[in-house]
Amino acid sequence: MEKETCTWSYCEKPEIVEIETDILLVGGGMAACGAAFEAARWATPKGIKIVMVDKAATDRSGSVAMGLSAINTYMGENDPADYVRYVRADLMGIIREDLVYDLGRHVDDSVHLFEEWGLPIWKTLDDGKKVDGAEGKKVGKLLKDGGKPVRSGRWQIMINGESYKVIVAEAAKKALEYNREATGMEQNHFERVFIVKLIPDANDPNRVAGAVGFSVREHKAYVFKAKCMLVAAGGCVNVFRPRSTGEGMGRTWFAVWNAGSTYTMPAEIGAKMVLMENRFVPARFKDGYGPVGAWFLFFKAKATNALGEDYCATWHEELKKRYGKYAEVLGTCLRNTAMMEDMKLGKGPIWMRTDLAFEEAKKVMDAKEIKHLEAEAWEDFLDMTIAQAGLWAANNIRPEEQYSELMPSEPYLLGSHAGCAGLWTSGPEDICKAHGLDEYFWGYNRMTTVDGLFTAGDGCGASGHKFSSGSHAEGRIAGKEMVRYVLEHQDYTPTLAKSADEYVAEIFLPFEIYEKYKNYTTDPTVNPHYIRPGMLQKRLQKIMDEYVAGAGYWYMTSKTMLEEGLRQLTLLKEDSAKMAAADHHELMRCWENYHRITAGEAHARHILFREETRYPGYYFRGDFPGIDDENWKCFTVSRINPETGQWEFEKIPYKQIIPD
Amino acid sequence: MPSYVITEKCDGCKGQERTACMYICPNDLMKLDRDRMKAWNQEPDQCWECYNCVKICPQQAIEVRGYADFCPMGANVIPLRGTDAIMWTIKFRDGSLKRFKFPIRTTPEGSIDPYAGKPEPDFSKIKEPGFFTHQGEGKEMPKP
Repeated sequence: MEKETCTWSYCEKPEIVEIETDILLVGGGMAACGAAFEAARWATPKGIKIVMVDKAATDRSGSVAMGLSAINTYMGENDPADYVRYVRADLMGIIREDLVYDLGRHVDDSVHLFEEWGLPIWKTLDDGKKVDGAEGKKVGKLLKDGGKPVRSGRWQIMINGESYKVIVAEAAKKALEYNREATGMEQNHFERVFIVKLIPDANDPNRVAGAVGFSVREHKAYVFKAKCMLVAAGGCVNVFRPRSTGEGMGRTWFAVWNAGSTYTMPAEIGAKMVLMENRFVPARFKDGYGPVGAWFLFFKAKATNALGEDYCATWHEELKKRYGKYAEVLGTCLRNTAMMEDMKLGKGPIWMRTDLAFEEAKKVMDAKEIKHLEAEAWEDFLDMTIAQAGLWAANNIRPEEQYSELMPSEPYLLGSHAGCAGLWTSGPEDICKAHGLDEYFWGYNRMTTVDGLFTAGDGCGASGHKFSSGSHAEGRIAGKEMVRYVLEHQDYTPTLAKSADEYVAEIFLPFEIYEKYKNYTTDPTVNPHYIRPGMLQKRLQKIMDEYVAGAGYWYMTSKTMLEEGLRQLTLLKEDSAKMAAADHHELMRCWENYHRITAGEAHARHILFREETRYPGYYFRGDFPGIDDENWKCFTVSRINPETGQWEFEKIPYKQIIPD
Repeated sequence: MPSYVITEKCDGCKGQERTACMYICPNDLMKLDRDRMKAWNQEPDQCWECYNCVKICPQQAIEVRGYADFCPMGANVIPLRGTDAIMWTIKFRDGSLKRFKFPIRTTPEGSIDPYAGKPEPDFSKIKEPGFFTHQGEGKEMPKP
């Protein structure tokens, strides 16, 4: 096919805004807000500049935009070593224990700040009474002063979290403003600017020098130069064909705007990725994807098949035969496996027995307490998955009377929740040195293998179960290290590998293509010269579902299936050079889907490389159905060679530092 | 459940540069039709139903209608977000109603002073684990 280039013959060249800073934060979610808060404290007295770029409005951006009903990572009385044990067990034995321990020892401070800033956290009073966050603030103690949270599980605490992100964003914005005033920048917080590509340094191809993007609101391109950078822009959603067929495609479990940018942009300049074969398949309330955690842990509900059988119990022996010691306690993916086996036998629908949970509660609670419990059940949805409350109401479901259906969803790529895909980063110096983890340490905590490029939250791989609080804390760890990086590289001046004009022409190409060809056909929707972003996404989702173990294929794949999928993905990637955008909104959709393609390709190539089924219930390799510790209890690490575009794979040993 | 804008109630935020819903939508879905001065959701199948447009609309002109590919008709969920609490009204398909009120914040909006009363960073400890808060309060980080 003929190659298209942008010569500004058809579309108007945008104004190019060039911004220089020391530290650039790409993203505005929990991790980036944490980075802004910690980094501004260290950077400002030294005159170090910090800039944040968010593709949305930071008050409501990222995966916490809707709110949350719980904080899932709070140590409290627990030892971080036990947190490592829990994460390791749930992620089938392969995690970076240095990163997970480091997160565990830091995370509570972020939760204490959230409470101080105004997040209502439920409290258990001295007499054992449980009160909501507003009441708890009046009559209870703060967590940091010894106040007791309401635990729904060993690591989880209940909150009234409708405004969780608004509160965290307010602190981050104030921190950025403090930095801006002291360093004399005109503006250091950019909303509605979408970063498309990272730029390597002209003098060192393995060093990051900047990032390029555009405004979704004005015809402006942005070129940022920075000494170091955090990329924390969420995980990857809508890379697989979703179960919904129409409007409901927006009702993804994880935030629909997570486009894989965190993986693709660093990977394109050579950053190594780890465990990209890992994915998360949440089993949630069907269609609305309402959370189940509080139902299992707090309301003590049970899930059964339609015959009333506990599938985790009936399948347990069989799963032990298949997966040995990994099935002694059933982690999230093995519970999925048991559910799927029953569904395949026609024993569905799978029910969450909310009715029985209320029946049990009524034995020990009075009418007023039951009323309160009912409100808590609704709040669990209204704080974080409002659609599920609407779906209950539309089906006349009252949880105290009527049970609800559960369903395993389409797959998601992420590193912060119950998954561990992401970038391969350096760990903390003290732990790595004390335990001889030389392969895990190269100078700066949470720095990727590209010099000056950091990540956190969904970006930092092999270390799941951080959730919201852990992502904030990890952003702070990276934020502090970025300040140290700047202090230790005072003489470094970033130089862009190519001119700003060249990058801008590249990212506005979909505009040029659209304007050039739109009148060739009577309706611009169907045109042989280009592909619009909506179809690009649907083609990707179909390939991923059919060949890379999607929900439509019972999460099953094999070498032969993956190879055919990769052939089709390669053609799709070639066609992405013909993306067309009619306006700035579509230009963002084009590049988001471009990011999804490479994230999806990484996922497929990693599954192909790992010749075993490490995560049954998330995906199955039909040709390697078992777990093979002898050959595969290791990190799978990949890199796209920026010069050749070839994928390179290596195995890096897993090292245990916390005993069983 | 994609959001929709009620024609009669929307005033286009009175011709300001952008409407409240455009400002807040995390997925850039809300658009203003300047000829009619009415906002609309330009991509309903990418709507997460986060309700941020519904909560922020000064005219209460935005509501949500269940995703038509799986949700039966006739129900709705309507929030009224104040400064310290949110009220929810849930209407079931059968017409019955439930109302809930939950706290959202224990401090006034805009009152956060992020570093007030917090320790200064200690640059002699920048290489050691722990945030400036831990280090300033003399908290030792445990090691495995």
